[in-house]
Amino acid sequence: MGRYVVKRLLQAIPVLLVIATLTFFMVRLAPGGPFDEEKKVPKEIKERIEKHYGLDQPLWKQYLSYMGNLVQGDLGPSFKYAGWTVAELIGSSAPVSLMLGLLAMLIALSIGLPAGLIAALYKNSPVDYFAMSGAMIGICLPTFVMGPLLILGFSSGMGWFAPLGWYTWSDMVLPSLTLGLYYAAYVARLTRGGMLEVLSQDFIRTARAKGASERRVMLKHALKGGLLPVVAFIGPAFAGIISGSFIIETIFFIPGLGRFFVTSALNRDYTMVLGTVLFYALLIIVMNIIVDLVQAWLNPRTRLE
Amino acid sequence: MTAADQTPGASLWRDAWRRLSRNRLAVASGVAFILVTLLCVVGPFVTSYTANHADLKSSYQPPSTNHWFGTDHLGRDLFVRTLSGGRISLAVGILATAVSLVIGVAWGSIAGYFGGRLDSVMMRFVDILYSLPFVIMVILLMVWFERNFLLLFAAIGLVEWLTMARIVRGQVVSLKNTEFVEAARALGYSRLRIIFRHLLPNVIGPVIIYATLTVPAVMLLEAVLSFLGLGVQAPMSSWGLLINEGAEKIDVYPWLLAFPAVFFSLTLFSLNFIGDGLRDALDPKSSKD
Amino acid sequence: MPLLEVDNLKTWFHTRDGVVRAVDGISFTLEKGQILGIVGESGSGKSVTVHSLMGLVPSPPGRLESGTAQFDGSDLLQSAQRELRTLRGKRIAMIFQDPMTSLNPYLRISEQLIEPLVIHEDASREAAMPRAIEMLEKVGIHDAAERVHSYPHEFSGGMRQRVMIAMALITNPEILIADEPTTALDVTVQAQILRLLKELQTDLGVSVIFITHDLGVVAEIADNIAVMFRGKIVEQGSVLSIFENPKHPYTKGLLACRPRLDSTFTILPTVADYLEIIETGDGETELLEKEPDLVQPEPEKKVVGENEESLLEVRDLSVHFPVHKSLWRGASESVKAVDGISFKIYKGHTLGLVGESGCGKTTTGRAILKLVEPTAGEIRFDRDYLQHLPPEAMLPYRKRMQIIFQDPYASLNARLTLEQTITEPMHVHGLAHSHAERRDRAVALLEEVGLEAAFLRRYPHEFSGGQRQRLCVARALALEPEFIVCDEAVSAMDVSVQAQVLNLLKELQSRRGLTYIFISHDLSVVKFMADTMAVMRAGKIVEHGESEAIYANPRDEYTQQLIEAIPRDSVESIRQRVG
Repeated sequence: MGRYVVKRLLQAIPVLLVIATLTFFMVRLAPGGPFDEEKKVPKEIKERIEKHYGLDQPLWKQYLSYMGNLVQGDLGPSFKYAGWTVAELIGSSAPVSLMLGLLAMLIALSIGLPAGLIAALYKNSPVDYFAMSGAMIGICLPTFVMGPLLILGFSSGMGWFAPLGWYTWSDMVLPSLTLGLYYAAYVARLTRGGMLEVLSQDFIRTARAKGASERRVMLKHALKGGLLPVVAFIGPAFAGIISGSFIIETIFFIPGLGRFFVTSALNRDYTMVLGTVLFYALLIIVMNIIVDLVQAWLNPRTRLE
Repeated sequence: MTAADQTPGASLWRDAWRRLSRNRLAVASGVAFILVTLLCVVGPFVTSYTANHADLKSSYQPPSTNHWFGTDHLGRDLFVRTLSGGRISLAVGILATAVSLVIGVAWGSIAGYFGGRLDSVMMRFVDILYSLPFVIMVILLMVWFERNFLLLFAAIGLVEWLTMARIVRGQVVSLKNTEFVEAARALGYSRLRIIFRHLLPNVIGPVIIYATLTVPAVMLLEAVLSFLGLGVQAPMSSWGLLINEGAEKIDVYPWLLAFPAVFFSLTLFSLNFIGDGLRDALDPKSSKD
Repeated sequence: MPLLEVDNLKTWFHTRDGVVRAVDGISFTLEKGQILGIVGESGSGKSVTVHSLMGLVPSPPGRLESGTAQFDGSDLLQSAQRELRTLRGKRIAMIFQDPMTSLNPYLRISEQLIEPLVIHEDASREAAMPRAIEMLEKVGIHDAAERVHSYPHEFSGGMRQRVMIAMALITNPEILIADEPTTALDVTVQAQILRLLKELQTDLGVSVIFITHDLGVVAEIADNIAVMFRGKIVEQGSVLSIFENPKHPYTKGLLACRPRLDSTFTILPTVADYLEIIETGDGETELLEKEPDLVQPEPEKKVVGENEESLLEVRDLSVHFPVHKSLWRGASESVKAVDGISFKIYKGHTLGLVGESGCGKTTTGRAILKLVEPTAGEIRFDRDYLQHLPPEAMLPYRKRMQIIFQDPYASLNARLTLEQTITEPMHVHGLAHSHAERRDRAVALLEEVGLEAAFLRRYPHEFSGGQRQRLCVARALALEPEFIVCDEAVSAMDVSVQAQVLNLLKELQSRRGLTYIFISHDLSVVKFMADTMAVMRAGKIVEHGESEAIYANPRDEYTQQLIEAIPRDSVESIRQRVG
């Protein structure tokens, strides 16, 4: 298995390089530069700043020097936040976003999985309709509606949580919940669907013919196969949580990576944008590898070796 | 021939339609969606207010007989703004989905049918694009190219076609090896005929289902972009924009959020339920019984 | 006292399109130590019967309308699920038709084997595992101690069925219900499994209810038989009396319509010869006995002219499939599906290609039509060599060479009407000049294959399997071909429908002068259809010659095995078995 992981990571390198290249040129294609909107800076000073950052070089030279630095692990300095390198900025904010994502995923799984299982077990009963309607609401309410609603309800309303910041544990509740509920909805629907699909297969009939109780049928026979669609969803979803976290970070004023991304995109902070894109891409790749491993563990037929 | 034999056969579409029409939730959703769409298209012509008519003296009015949905911070009538915002949101949703459909179906069926190297290359391309953090790329596009409205739904469509391509390719590959396709080859049919007359009609089911589910996803994406200020720009408005404006004032003037949010959510719900209903109708072996 | 006594069992399905009376008032008994065979075709209700006994009928659409099933003093049909669960797997066990889908692919065999012990005897895993291994050995799986930890997909079909049997018998149940256990297996594997079941039955003294559509199988294994048709038992009795002296016309028809190794029929009798089925409006059917016209027409003597060239000749044909190891490197290994075979067929004759699954017979048929590219060898059709022709150049030959597939459901495009399906080939090849002319031709073709002209406007899913296969025949004939590959064309059918389609194919051959390659795993069917025969194994032809000669005197060991494995269903062999 170790060899498989290494092989996948090595395969990821060319992908990352391609992404870096694509993003580099896309980012440069846009009109405007990182130092344009500064308050009226005299032209010569602006040119000196640009020269300092190497922006006066021809584009292909800039590309090569960036790539050269990249393979050595140097993501360059941030253009906007003078004195900070991209790596430092990512390093300080990524853990926050990752934490948010992890908590949200935990919430999503701990609400969604049981909801989906119960809905599948009591198919077409009121419990099922209730759970699936709840899930539908979760899907259709965007996070920037859910967030303010929750703030309204639990923060201004009940006064239980502070509406902003990320300092204490209690600060983490509302943001994680907002994000988590949205994904819980998807998890619930996928779990229900996956379980029902498995439950209609022949080997479930065999299990019943052996005298297994419904609980045993569900948990021992159906669960592994039924979870496959959920697992397939979680990988990209986790990466999606991280990349979509900027909404939450903006609403709740959390110093995560998402906010940096948006602001650096708006500010044309090239290196920061590239750094963040690469970080996210790497994250997605890692999540895909994990997902494939989990799927192989669940489904013996997909084990390649 | 008896009279019974004169009736045309029950095609699979007809069977599916029958099943769909018995699904009360899907039918109700369909009706709701049509009503909302009609309202958005026709509604603004009915009232006397226009979407951008600012009347600062009547700002922040709660719903009344004068202004059915109230007014916003500039005194604009919320009813008209909600409906005309709806036009934009629905247009974005449907058009972007159409773009992704065309690209995705073409890409997926070509890759799936021709297989081999072409398939590997085409799908590898899809895989790489999939690794790009999407929303981020859309943001980049929007930022760079100065928030062009046309670009908006092209950008969104470009994001969504990937999944469509994967779905179509998967279907085509599984159908390619069935016996009726082999029979078509044995009968000497050209590849084009096989793709268009035999493969695609059998692939359309999942495509339609996915398309109905893509529209709400697109509308959500547009709303997210509006949140960042990158979506639709004034003087136009969309539900996303209205919701964002309303969310800021939720504790003071709740109607600003409530009405657009209700329309938005109702549309999303209906489309999702219709998509679910279509899925059940077109594939009778699915989770209902 | 019988072990199980079923009386007036009725299980109906209440669907949106009406009530389906799957089982409509049947009664039978199972004595201790006995094997009861329930025989019927699809739709007869045989599976629903045993599912009802086990409480496994899905209950919204299905409903028990009436009936009792006395087992050990209590009525199974009145028991709650909780009580039934204590019986299922412990005292009444069941094995199913398709072992690949009936075993849980996500769990190891060991887990699944010990499960009945864990559930019913509260055994610990340590205590149960040795018994599981012992059971595996008993059903004939060697190295049981190692193999017990494998997953189902690592076993072959026959081995998986053995695992299912082990799983069912591990608790030493009193009744074993076997629902078509050998239908999905090759004939040699089927023979092994039947033998195993007989041994285990005498060894453990378990009583068996054996469900099948194959009369040959019950002849080999059953003590008593119940024949089911449309939800009712039309005849039951001892196996000898049923085979020797069938009373009900359906039984007579069913027995008569099977092609047999020792028969020399030119036309197969069909059930329709013995029985007329009238639907009286209220869901009831009336059965009228008919006197069959059993006069066989003279068999056509097929001669080969003095200097006649064969219509099709294949020389050293090989088809190898590369196994892709990775995206970057090319193929490293290949599967030799067809490995150097040669034969020829004369105009108007039929070559039978026989073998078990994986022998390459299907690939051969496809390769001849260039639906699959041959890797090496020659294919000569009439005067032309086809092996190197690119797809575009094959177009003129498509009019002359056609194919009929095994699965009538999958070989028709569900979105096209029958008319579109039949007229499309004409349209593509320019065989008729107007829409009306195509339609007329389509009508003629339908009638030729025994379907009504009115069916043109309908869609395939509205018809039965047999009717769909006839449609496939009509489609194949639309281009007026000379040569048709019948690739397991009757293998997916009930035996009564099979007889009709076989008769149709023979009739078409004699009327139109068609040449066939008839591919099948069923030796008896091939004997009926083919003049010459080739037996295939692992991509090669192991025996080749005139059918009669091969059956009378098989020279190759594998051919002998195949013939041996065919269930013996003559009255003499039954009499010998039951004594």
